[in-house]
Amino acid sequence: MTLNLVQAAYIIAAVLFVLALAGLSKHETARRGNTFGIIGMTIALAATIWLAAERADNPGLTLALIAAAMAVGASIGLWRARVVEMTGMPQLIALLHSFVGIAAVLIGYNAYLAPGELSGSEETIHLVEVFLGIFIGAVTFTGSVVAALKLSGRINANPLMLPRRHLLNLVALLASVGLLVWFVASHALLPLLLMTVIALAFGWHLVASIGGGDMPIVVSMLNSYSGWAAAAAGFLLGNDLLIVTGALVGSSGAILSYLMCLGMNRSFFSVIAGGFGSEGTTFESDADYGDFRESNAAEVAELLRHAKSVVITPGYGMAVARAQYPVAELSARLRKMGTDVRFGIHPVAGRLPGHMNVLLAEAKVPYDIVLGMDEINDDLPETDVVLVIGANDTVNPAAIDEPASPIAGMPVLEVWKAREVVVLKRSMASGYAGVQNPLFFRDNSRMLFGDAKDAVESVLKAL
Amino acid sequence: MLIGVPTESQPGETRVAATPQTVGNLTELGHQVVVQAGAGQRASYPDELYAAAGATMDPGPAVWGADMVIKVGPPELDEVLRLRPGAFVAAQLAPAQSPELLEALAEAGVTALAMDAVPRISRAQSLDVLSSMANIGGYRAVVEAANVYGSVFTGQVTAAGTVPPAKVFVIGAGVAGLAAIGTASSLGAVVRAFDIRPEVGEQVESMGAEFVHIDLGDQATSADGYAKEMGEDLQRRAMEVYARECAAADIVITTALIPGRPAPTLVTAETIAAMRPGSVLVDMAARNGGNCELTVPGEVISTPNGVKIIGYTDLPARLPTQASQLYGTNVGNLVALLTPDKDGQLVLDLEDEVQRGLTVTHEGQVLWPPPPVSVSAAPPPAADVSTEPVVDAQPAKPKDPRRGYVAMGLGAVLFALVASVSPTAFLGHFTVFALAVIVGFYVISNVTHALHTPLLAETNAISGIILVGALLQVGNDNLLVRSLALAATVVASINVFGGFAVTGRMLRMFRREESA
Repeated sequence: MTLNLVQAAYIIAAVLFVLALAGLSKHETARRGNTFGIIGMTIALAATIWLAAERADNPGLTLALIAAAMAVGASIGLWRARVVEMTGMPQLIALLHSFVGIAAVLIGYNAYLAPGELSGSEETIHLVEVFLGIFIGAVTFTGSVVAALKLSGRINANPLMLPRRHLLNLVALLASVGLLVWFVASHALLPLLLMTVIALAFGWHLVASIGGGDMPIVVSMLNSYSGWAAAAAGFLLGNDLLIVTGALVGSSGAILSYLMCLGMNRSFFSVIAGGFGSEGTTFESDADYGDFRESNAAEVAELLRHAKSVVITPGYGMAVARAQYPVAELSARLRKMGTDVRFGIHPVAGRLPGHMNVLLAEAKVPYDIVLGMDEINDDLPETDVVLVIGANDTVNPAAIDEPASPIAGMPVLEVWKAREVVVLKRSMASGYAGVQNPLFFRDNSRMLFGDAKDAVESVLKAL
Repeated sequence: MLIGVPTESQPGETRVAATPQTVGNLTELGHQVVVQAGAGQRASYPDELYAAAGATMDPGPAVWGADMVIKVGPPELDEVLRLRPGAFVAAQLAPAQSPELLEALAEAGVTALAMDAVPRISRAQSLDVLSSMANIGGYRAVVEAANVYGSVFTGQVTAAGTVPPAKVFVIGAGVAGLAAIGTASSLGAVVRAFDIRPEVGEQVESMGAEFVHIDLGDQATSADGYAKEMGEDLQRRAMEVYARECAAADIVITTALIPGRPAPTLVTAETIAAMRPGSVLVDMAARNGGNCELTVPGEVISTPNGVKIIGYTDLPARLPTQASQLYGTNVGNLVALLTPDKDGQLVLDLEDEVQRGLTVTHEGQVLWPPPPVSVSAAPPPAADVSTEPVVDAQPAKPKDPRRGYVAMGLGAVLFALVASVSPTAFLGHFTVFALAVIVGFYVISNVTHALHTPLLAETNAISGIILVGALLQVGNDNLLVRSLALAATVVASINVFGGFAVTGRMLRMFRREESA
């Protein structure tokens, strides 16, 4: 009776999760989607808590412990969610993924320590599940931690280049398979612990060897891993809800990463296997691009005042400087003057997919004027002024003009086709891909150096 | 390549196909430009300005020997003979009305580009001379009307009495109609407008006019973006509207054209007879026979009841300076399209639907009419061509499908082997797993790009469902298991609550302009 009710609750929750993800694919239904997700989660948790209490020898104590643990977790989670800056969102999401990973590891060990009554092939399957669950969980955990550290700038975002890194990865995988055989044969704790250490190192290395420019894909990939970890835990516990939800998240994260790879014209496997951008760090262009032209706020304001159409292409620099508010004000001011202002967003601008959209939305830029790369590229030749705010690789003409460039073939915003281009940038340093940007040296480009926020504010003042 | 700009030969043609400014654009593309002396005289572009912009001036007809000749009006038959075989000629050729000209051009072996046959798709907007000419034609129509109208446009209350505002009725809300509406309302007139395509109502209202509605049933837009001819019943009802509105108006401007056919007759002699003395009708379709029965193309006539009917066929040419500049820019954009490498080499790509659409003769063949180009934006009411759906990147390289099938087969065999020794409960779980993977795949594949981050946060929150696993282990008797389970509960709860809260916070920020 109880079990059936719980099962029904799980099915309802699973359906609600599917509706939640479906809802999140459109603006109109996104908030309803989130509500569905919350309701689904509430139903699933309530049913589980009931089941846990009924199964336990000491329901009172169990309930108290659960309540206490969840209260601690909830308050930490809600607190982080409330105080996080929108620019810090990528780190937070990566960090949250690591929690799923560590939880999967803990649950895996528990399932090993308290297996229940199993026999024969059931036991073998169970052990394999324990092993896989812990493995995926551990990889997700360290991978997410590294991604979070890279995104927050606490460790160097450049790809870590160990010699023979692909061989190292392969050895780690083979060693894990060997340990699996040993573990299934012996039921001992030692191979499990060894494998955990290897998996943790493997996850660390996997993400450490991916360059910062590919972090959006990595975050989405880790999202997928965390889903698989949950699904593995579901097999372990024979819990269909975990399997369904984990598989949903796993496959959706994978397809999202795949779509993003297509957007960046990257091979899916080379990103996952790590080390993209290795060419980037060694690439030195001998080409002399000539001189760049430095501008000042008054001149930029003058340009903007006479422009009929303006396109703003923001990048990570805007996020770092938290310049989205002055940028939004600038766009509002220009629109009031009758100028046609639009935003052109490269699919991989920022450090996670849709990063720029979130920031602009935070600053209350209406989303109808925020367009994607494909929508805006055709209009750029007729645009009077393009403001490049803290973007670099996503507006680099080398991707089209220089076949030898590491970013060759990546679709970019073709801002150089506009009449005038103003690049707001801190210095002449190169972007994440480590490539010089010939845009800065074009005849129709001018540079406005400084912190993006200060620069935009001074332009606003001059306007 | 050498681009020649001859003086227009038709009497009354004041425009020129290149201005000093567009000559600059052409030379930037790597071309040389030769301009016949005096070509820009009537458009107020003296020869010195052309020379200063980098063009060579030629007194004689040598410009016809250029690699590409650009013109406003169609070339005369004797001019066609002067063209070099293999040369390009770009002009308004009216290909549907002038089959013998096309024959002559094909016989001369030239590649003829009809500037007035540009497909009406958003990518080709910058070449579309019909739009740019209609735009200033609409403006000029109002100016011509004001010229012969015996009163003012703006309503005024003065010491000498009250002046009522002029009432203007515009038929047809294409580019010309919209331009006329804008001009008339900026002069202070009360403007009403009608079009058989109800979806243009918004555009009419955006220009400051009132849209006259009638119930026409089906929408009347055809695939090429023009209004199509109407059924008889609808036509009768529309005619009633025209009669009623014309009688109430001081100034009527008709702009109805159907490509490749005579202009439809919308204003009958009876309608004119019912109009007030002193009122004015400008027939912008006069060149194609006129929308009014009484129109005399090229002339201004006065009817017995004192209505003036303006039938000028050269409205854009009455603003030669600006018309030439716009026309020249359109031609310059065409040349830029034909010079993809900016190296002065003309390349015609007949695979490109824009270039195919306006090429009417090539290598001795008449290529008119082109295969139909559908305006994707026409059927939905929002006539905004720029919002075509973004096609997601498609898997590019077709691989040998057999390899995939072999791999699938191997996978299936392997799975069958594993399954044969697995307990049934596991297989049940696996079924659920496989189906959920597929659902996840389809649910996500059409997500809006802007929502990627909230989606990530949401899936992240949902993957916190692993909390369920942790909760079920909390009740265990083993102290170690219990503590591990509690730790897992704490971290998974962070994930669940934090994830949902963050998603909600982000979603609250997304907003549409209207709700601002």
